[in-house]
Amino acid sequence: MPVTELLRPAAEWELQTMIAKLASQKRPVEIVGYGALRNAGRVARSDVVLSTAGLKGVTLYEPTEIVMSARSGTPVYDIETTLAARGQMLAFEPIDLGPAIGAPGGALSIGGVFATNFSGARRVLAGSARDNLLGIRAVNGRGELFKSGGRVMKNVTGLDVARGMTGSWGTLAVMTEVTFKVAPLPQTMLTLAYTGLPDDLAMEALTAVMATPLEVSGAVHLPKNCAVRLNQPKLQGIDQSVTLLRLETFSTAIEERKEKLKAALKIYGTPIELDAEATWSLWSQFRSLSVMPFSTETSLWRISTLPTKAAEIVSAIQKFMDVTAFYDWAGALIWLEVPAAADAGAADVRRAVAVRGGHATLIRAQPEVRASVDVFEPLKPEIERLTRGIKSAFDPDGLLNRGRMYADL
Amino acid sequence: MPHIELPEPDVGVLRRRPILVEGLRSRVGADLLILDEDGRRAYETDAFTAYRRVPMIVVLPRTTEEVSKILKYCHENSVKVIPRGAGTSLSGGALPTEDAIVLCISKMNGVIEIDYANRFARVQAGMTNLEITARVAEKGFFYAPDPSSQLACTIAGNLGMNSGGAHCLKYGVTTHNVLGVKMVLIDGTVVDIGGPTLERNGYDLLSLVIGSEGQLGVITEATVKIVPSPEGARPMMIGFRSPEAAGSCVAAIIAAGIIPVAIEYMDRAAIEVCEAFAGAGYPLDVEALLIVEVEGSESEIGVLLGHIAEIAAKYDPKTVVISAGPEQSARIWAGRKAAFGAIGRISDYLCMDGTIPLAQLPHALTRISQICAEHDLKVANIFHAGDGNLHPLVLYDANKPGDADRAELAGEAILKLCVELGGCLTGEHGVGIEKRELMSSQFSPTDLAVQTRIKSVFDPTWRLNPAKVFPLAVTEQMRAGNPPSIPEVA
Repeated sequence: MPVTELLRPAAEWELQTMIAKLASQKRPVEIVGYGALRNAGRVARSDVVLSTAGLKGVTLYEPTEIVMSARSGTPVYDIETTLAARGQMLAFEPIDLGPAIGAPGGALSIGGVFATNFSGARRVLAGSARDNLLGIRAVNGRGELFKSGGRVMKNVTGLDVARGMTGSWGTLAVMTEVTFKVAPLPQTMLTLAYTGLPDDLAMEALTAVMATPLEVSGAVHLPKNCAVRLNQPKLQGIDQSVTLLRLETFSTAIEERKEKLKAALKIYGTPIELDAEATWSLWSQFRSLSVMPFSTETSLWRISTLPTKAAEIVSAIQKFMDVTAFYDWAGALIWLEVPAAADAGAADVRRAVAVRGGHATLIRAQPEVRASVDVFEPLKPEIERLTRGIKSAFDPDGLLNRGRMYADL
Repeated sequence: MPHIELPEPDVGVLRRRPILVEGLRSRVGADLLILDEDGRRAYETDAFTAYRRVPMIVVLPRTTEEVSKILKYCHENSVKVIPRGAGTSLSGGALPTEDAIVLCISKMNGVIEIDYANRFARVQAGMTNLEITARVAEKGFFYAPDPSSQLACTIAGNLGMNSGGAHCLKYGVTTHNVLGVKMVLIDGTVVDIGGPTLERNGYDLLSLVIGSEGQLGVITEATVKIVPSPEGARPMMIGFRSPEAAGSCVAAIIAAGIIPVAIEYMDRAAIEVCEAFAGAGYPLDVEALLIVEVEGSESEIGVLLGHIAEIAAKYDPKTVVISAGPEQSARIWAGRKAAFGAIGRISDYLCMDGTIPLAQLPHALTRISQICAEHDLKVANIFHAGDGNLHPLVLYDANKPGDADRAELAGEAILKLCVELGGCLTGEHGVGIEKRELMSSQFSPTDLAVQTRIKSVFDPTWRLNPAKVFPLAVTEQMRAGNPPSIPEVA
């Protein structure tokens, strides 16, 4: 549907007025930040686009209370710069999908981060975007402005609507402001790289690491055909799979932890060690998914499963097509590239996942493919009933991002 | 004395009691029902003991299928249902009404599956919080949220209240440690929401369920994360001459990039009572005491506590004591954990549970003292300083006419103060009946409407855990199918 109208409110009240007007006319509207995510998910069915790009700025930052509030259109880049100036960060390492879906990098808004709940490698230690969200202000599809949660870490006053909005891709409400937990930047960091492990053995190693109290803050595995895209000189030209573990802590503690980690993984070989600087640059690559670069020749899936099933799922799909896999979260998440096809391989991917547990989301594919296959894993009937109920409670006329997650929602 | 209004029972339902008893008996068998008055009286209240109502029938199911049959029957017969775990709610979250059935899942307390490789445990929801840790401890794991009642409280109750604990600064609260639930809806439908994968498919319904205080369904199973136990942990005590100094010290520790696993604050009144009770070795000549705990290996702990002591030195502490070993650590924590019991020995008290931003602590403590003095009452304060959760214990004498009423009024004023200062009404105890009417001081009519509409999706007739969480008038309007009006959009 061609876009005929672009709305760009500059203030929360203006956004509310615009949505209220659209609601009174029952006109569907697509919600975007800077458009970084427009090529992911299903295509919203609407000729009006509302961008939160005009809602910018950090509204509260208390470094000593590790909390920040920002208007939803604030670029993640701005937020991370502001935090870094005070020695802090977003612990959940938001993923900037842009470069992997043919959009510019660095165009991600903080609202988009919570709307998709895409978290990076440090999730294994610091939780997801959703886990770090404390409160929101938002406008629902009825044009009502509401708030939920707050700015303190503990809050059980009423239903946890704020966290309930995460991962809803703007289909329930347009967030205008988000409040979230921040964390100190680690004093130092290092990476251990194990090479040549087959996928199943690598998953075994990662699983063993996560059962130790060593607080590994990143645990990923790249089979050979994915590892070639790694940017580190020390990891180039080895022509083998690479399994990476990151430690981040105080400089007084890191050597001891490293030795313990190496001892725990002794049977998997001797790792290549990367210092703090190389670690920073290496793990930044995962945040922009540049190990999964944009290509029209392939489609990209995101699979959530159990670490012990991950290698099996990839190998099952591999029987039907060429794949490039990137295992994150110690195997609990797989980014999977498959050859472009009319259904993006959906039938085989979903079957392989279904029998082993988990769910798959189609991230990158040609728009007509994303329009014709289920992008999000189909829901069980009783969950679908609740999902429709929740959608209707927030947006009874189905105006916000119509069709963005499910064809008829 | 109590002034929280409890709804009048539905006489029509009470009259149908014999039929309802028979209906339940034929569906789940007589041995699951508690019918005699003495038996039912055991369920008349929870840990918010000022309010009591004997329920019409108590049912103790053993399986999800039985829960489903019971709910379906109650739904078809328009009977209200009170879900209950161990009954340790401090806000009246499990308080019955006389025309309701109490559905208590405490008999459903088994382990279904423990998966160490994928780091989760699937348990029946009546299992106690501490029992989960007991089952996985031998393999070096634990279940992280540690509410004070963890020996008794069930995981179902923890899910209902999104319970926290002393160590949530590092490990988070219940909502950060649960992957999925099996839940029965009011019409008997069994749904699996989330779990055991880290990510959920579709809307994050689990977030809506956790902390919903039994308003959305009855949880019968939970899939929880299990976490590797730290190599070691050790606390230190730092005594200060003023709350300002203690508050500034907490801020400086965090500003230095150290996130301890727990930072507990006690004021002078709390220190004195706990020390007299537990002999924990607390300094008695300070206005504020911090207990700061860090985790890691022996050498890591040593370095971190040393660093914290250096930071504390800038705030002119009167006492700095680093625990010398496990025995002293246990004593230091025993005093803090015994706080509520210790205060209970010297006085009746109302335990409030507001939250405030850390920077507001000195101001909040001053105002709380004023509020209590205005009501002719004393107060002791315990504060989870790392996460802003403040527990003022308002002391009163239940035998003195009017004292309890004044305590409730002072408590209300304190919670409103918390909201004014940027905090909220409840950090971990939940709203229950206790703070129901105060919801309007934190939430606008629209904020509340957003929540009540969600409740209506799960429980369209508003019969699950009635008269709680939302102001009573709102509940009654929703049940009548006549939602409260909300202001027009400007």
